[in-house]
Amino acid sequence: MRYLARRLAQAALLLLGVSILTFLFSALAPGNYLDDMRLNPQISAATLAALRAQYDLDRPLPLRYARWMNSVAHGELGYSFAYNSPVAPLLWMRARNTLLLTLTAMLLAWALALPLGIWSAEKRGGLPDRAVSLATATLMVVPDLVLALGLLILAARSGWFPTGGMVSVDFAELSSAGKFRDLALHMALPVAALVLSALPTLVRHIRAAVGDALTAPFLRAAMAHGISRRKLLYRYALRAAANPLISLFGFSVGALLSGSLIVEIVMSWPGLGPLLLEAILARDLYVVIGGVLFSTVFLVCGNFLADMLLYWADPRIRAR
Amino acid sequence: MMQRRRIVRWVVALFVLHAAVACAGFLAPYDPVQQDREHVYSAPMRIHFVEHGRMRLRPFFYAQRLREGSYNLFEEDTERAIPVDFLVTGAPYRLLGLVVCRRHLFGVQGARLYLLGSDGFGRDQLSRILYGGQLSLLSGLLGAACTVFFSALIGTLAGFYGGWRDALLMRLAELFLALPWLYLLFALRAFLPLSVSPTKAFLLVVVVLAAVGWARPARLVRGVVLSVKERDFVRAARGFGAGDAYLVRHHILPETRSVLLTQSAILVPQFVLAEMTLSFLGLGIPEPVPSWGNLLGILQQYSVLVSYWWMYLPALAIVPFFVGYQGLANALHEDEATAKIDG
Repeated sequence: MRYLARRLAQAALLLLGVSILTFLFSALAPGNYLDDMRLNPQISAATLAALRAQYDLDRPLPLRYARWMNSVAHGELGYSFAYNSPVAPLLWMRARNTLLLTLTAMLLAWALALPLGIWSAEKRGGLPDRAVSLATATLMVVPDLVLALGLLILAARSGWFPTGGMVSVDFAELSSAGKFRDLALHMALPVAALVLSALPTLVRHIRAAVGDALTAPFLRAAMAHGISRRKLLYRYALRAAANPLISLFGFSVGALLSGSLIVEIVMSWPGLGPLLLEAILARDLYVVIGGVLFSTVFLVCGNFLADMLLYWADPRIRAR
Repeated sequence: MMQRRRIVRWVVALFVLHAAVACAGFLAPYDPVQQDREHVYSAPMRIHFVEHGRMRLRPFFYAQRLREGSYNLFEEDTERAIPVDFLVTGAPYRLLGLVVCRRHLFGVQGARLYLLGSDGFGRDQLSRILYGGQLSLLSGLLGAACTVFFSALIGTLAGFYGGWRDALLMRLAELFLALPWLYLLFALRAFLPLSVSPTKAFLLVVVVLAAVGWARPARLVRGVVLSVKERDFVRAARGFGAGDAYLVRHHILPETRSVLLTQSAILVPQFVLAEMTLSFLGLGIPEPVPSWGNLLGILQQYSVLVSYWWMYLPALAIVPFFVGYQGLANALHEDEATAKIDG
């Protein structure tokens, strides 16, 4: 338990560090949201000054940070200039969609990568192994932006899938089965893009980890004892390979989050990605900081989950 | 020895690819910003060798005419065959950015040839892809060079001196590694000026890339430095009275070379892609200067995406570079591994 508590404390420190870092970046920013307002002749200088005071734009950085931390404690994460509302509810609405997308993609990617990786590790050097290697090598050289745009063009020209958004216009009038179908159809394209870009790395690492376990001396000994291949693979080799795979799981969360940022924007999925882009273009400071922080929270959660799994799977860590 | 040969092969392949982009002025038939409002969104044209059943020595193409009753669809006018000339004089350009030159690999007279189609302003897509690669690749290469330099500096500082410097720098590196890297890239870009001149935007992209990418290589360098500084030959040199600067330059930095080489082979394509992503979203190099990213930006318009598939071609230009750099990174990595086993 001490291990998990230490990990939790590390995660909290990390989040604190990230928030300080993004605040420091924001100090570099030339100009702010109010600059555009200044060009508007209908807004008086007095109003602008009042707004500056209200948003603390004149105060020194440490004070702004303290104010912001206070608003974090109240669950607001600062104030959005463009939306004229606290940042947290705004982000949460979009983050749900991002989570829906990435979690689905994650489940699918692992569900595909595990059997593929194990299969090619077991038949190392054989035809299936070479086929899988070729496929992963091909996918590796197609970056996610290129892949997402390609899929979008394919969908637009064939008309098989809707090419943007999360639901159809008449979503509210559909039956619940119809709603599910509609959502699934809209999700198909972005999820496919994410899965295909995550798959090659996963398969390669799984193949390597399982392959290492299969050639380990203890497994040769087990083989010499006449234990069946199936039992060897699933009972012993997989268990030995679990440790690197769980670490890989934590890593894949970060890769998927980065991938989903660009895929969401390309496929206009109403997640954190488009919101973040809008906020950057509008200089909506706290939304940018909040968006980065949210993504870090997800990543930290993923890593913590991996740590817990490790704790459960690896007795060496529990003994420490 | 096998590994060495593989490395050389990948380096040669990459050199050819980069040379093609560097000599864009010669290979491209037109200036990348020259417009032709008569031929907007012209589809890629076909090169023919057979005219009316007769084989011709010189490749030619048919002039385009508007399809009957249409204002934006073109078809081949089989009455007007226009030959393709080689090594023609055309629009002036600077070869490798230095020598003013007018000679192009191929060109035509009396019409414009769009091998890969034209864009919404009638600009030649092939020329724009070739020229666009110059900025994209240069930002990737420069960004990687900066990153490698700073990560070598930081990693050596942390590993060699240890203590509070090590703790501070490595905690900072962990912070940078903890963020999903695209979010980090966005966050950095968010707080820098939005609308700037192409040159400034290019430098901005390079700086942002270097600031995002330094953490991983710096940690790897630190690891190497930590192990090297305890080796006997370093201790011996120190015993003979070598100073810190001498030790670092002659004994420690040479040992980090293979790690840094592998890392740069990994970083360059990643950075080129990052430049593409930024410019694609309008956060990088602005129009009318072509870069692979802003060439793709037009695809955000649905009508273009559906109707003009050749606007997607710039995306594919990066794929051979990815193949080359990944092959090189793998070969370097294996070389590193065998070197470790050998001694």
